[in-house]
Amino acid sequence: MTASLSLATPTPAPQADPRKVVVTIEGLNKHYGAFHVLRDINLNVREGERIVLCGPSGSGKSTLIRCINRLEIAEQGNIRVNDTDLSLTTRQAAEVRSEIGMVFQHFNLFPHMSVLDNCTLAPMSVRGLSRKEAEERARFYLNKVGIESQAGKYPSQLSGGQQQRVAIARALCMKPKIMLFDEPTSALDPEMVAEVLDVLVKLADTGMTMLCVTHEMGFARQVAERVLFLDGGQIIEDASPEAFFNNPQSARAKGFLAQILH
Amino acid sequence: MSFDQLLALVLDPDLLERYGPRFIDGLLVTGKLVALSFTLGALLGMLLALARLSNNLMLQRLSAGYIYFFRGSPLLAQLFLLYYGLGSLKGFWQDVGLWWFFRDAWYCTVLAFTLNTAAYQAEIFRGSLLAVAPGQYEAAKALSLKRSTTFFKVILPQSLIVAIGPLGNELILMIKASAIASLVTIYDLMGVTKLAFSRSFDFQIYLWAAVLYLLIVEIVRRSLKHIEARLGRHLR
Ligand SMILES: Nc1ncnc2c1ncn2[C@@H]1O[C@H](COP(=O)(O)OP(=O)(O)OP(=O)(O)O)[C@@H](O)[C@H]1O
Ligand SMILES: [Mg+2]
Repeated sequence: MTASLSLATPTPAPQADPRKVVVTIEGLNKHYGAFHVLRDINLNVREGERIVLCGPSGSGKSTLIRCINRLEIAEQGNIRVNDTDLSLTTRQAAEVRSEIGMVFQHFNLFPHMSVLDNCTLAPMSVRGLSRKEAEERARFYLNKVGIESQAGKYPSQLSGGQQQRVAIARALCMKPKIMLFDEPTSALDPEMVAEVLDVLVKLADTGMTMLCVTHEMGFARQVAERVLFLDGGQIIEDASPEAFFNNPQSARAKGFLAQILH
Repeated sequence: MSFDQLLALVLDPDLLERYGPRFIDGLLVTGKLVALSFTLGALLGMLLALARLSNNLMLQRLSAGYIYFFRGSPLLAQLFLLYYGLGSLKGFWQDVGLWWFFRDAWYCTVLAFTLNTAAYQAEIFRGSLLAVAPGQYEAAKALSLKRSTTFFKVILPQSLIVAIGPLGNELILMIKASAIASLVTIYDLMGVTKLAFSRSFDFQIYLWAAVLYLLIVEIVRRSLKHIEARLGRHLR
């Protein structure tokens, strides 16, 4: 127990990294009733950094990334995004949130709107774009995710993989600085996983700051700079993919990898 | 029995000539009464549903109490309470300048019907709002949509698809229940029916009324089906 506790404090990112810190999380604690979901989380995310979060079910991965855009609110600790404290007024928080895109496990597209309308709603009503500008932008990103030809369809007319790509395009239409992904491929049929991962790889190549909860270890190896391993609401390991996969430090990470790579 | 005799039994031309125009008027009154109170009731019902779902304990309680009262007592009692009960406080209403409202059977009826249907519609809206997947609120939040945009563009259209069926039932129940208005001197469809019967003593008058109610209900039923199909076109 003492051994894992000493590991609980993640080693700080190397001082040499010149990139700006865009997300700072300090001493974050959150409970659901008596259940302690997040324990003393400290984390810096730098601009353009690609971070994969993994860990067993219930370890608090979703809760952690949902705290970053205030879908969940932690009762203790600080989160700063681009130097704005998220605990400030809701107005400022909303502004910060609009710089953060999020993609959910179950897509959460608006079923009563066409693909195009899904993508133009927020840019028009939050950013004040005209319909024409918003549609242009939507088509640009729909094209990027390879789905422009479906712009007039309703979400229910698309496959899961296509829907998730629309969800990614919808988030990108807000031109976010940071993208959060909560298990973006785990609700998909196996044959559709690759098409979504391809989009994520392309997005990573553009230099987007990404935090992605996923158990796709191939993807983590290929794209991530850092892998965070969570267990019991703590960040147990914070390492490069090579270090994490080849030489996990904690018994819990070893056990987790043995299970997942099997 | 010849055809003419049979016709005279159910649709006597003389009778029709005498009372037909009145029936048209009655039909219009019923339509106006129901349309007006159903629409006002929808607005009030939506507010009640939102109050019921709000985080404010007092709003929740008030709305729950309202719904409990208006669903738990007969419409007839509510109408009499309003028209004869509140209407007897003449002095008070004159003081607050609302006597023109409470002495008028039409206003009282519209109010009673509105208050009553609002309670039922509140429950329908509440259920239909709860039926929208939580992920929809989350997606709207993640896109930092304003609360009003979230409600009108994302949540309401989806919840209406769920609500439209039960709302249609409520509308149909209300059309039939509106016959009660005739008890406070309103010449709605039932009002003119009673008048025509008291003069002619011919039972076919009630047959006409029944057929006309059936006709309105049928028209409403078909329109609703049409609207339902339109709202749900993305579900195919
Ligand atoms: N709204 C809530 N109320 C109560 N408990 C919750 C709530 N949301 C999550 N939890 C609990 O908190 C714990 C962490 O949840 P979280 O969703 O962050 O885990 P996770 O690591 O994302 O797991 P999974 O891999 O299953 O998605 C779980 O045990 C879950 O049951
Ligand atoms: Mg999760």
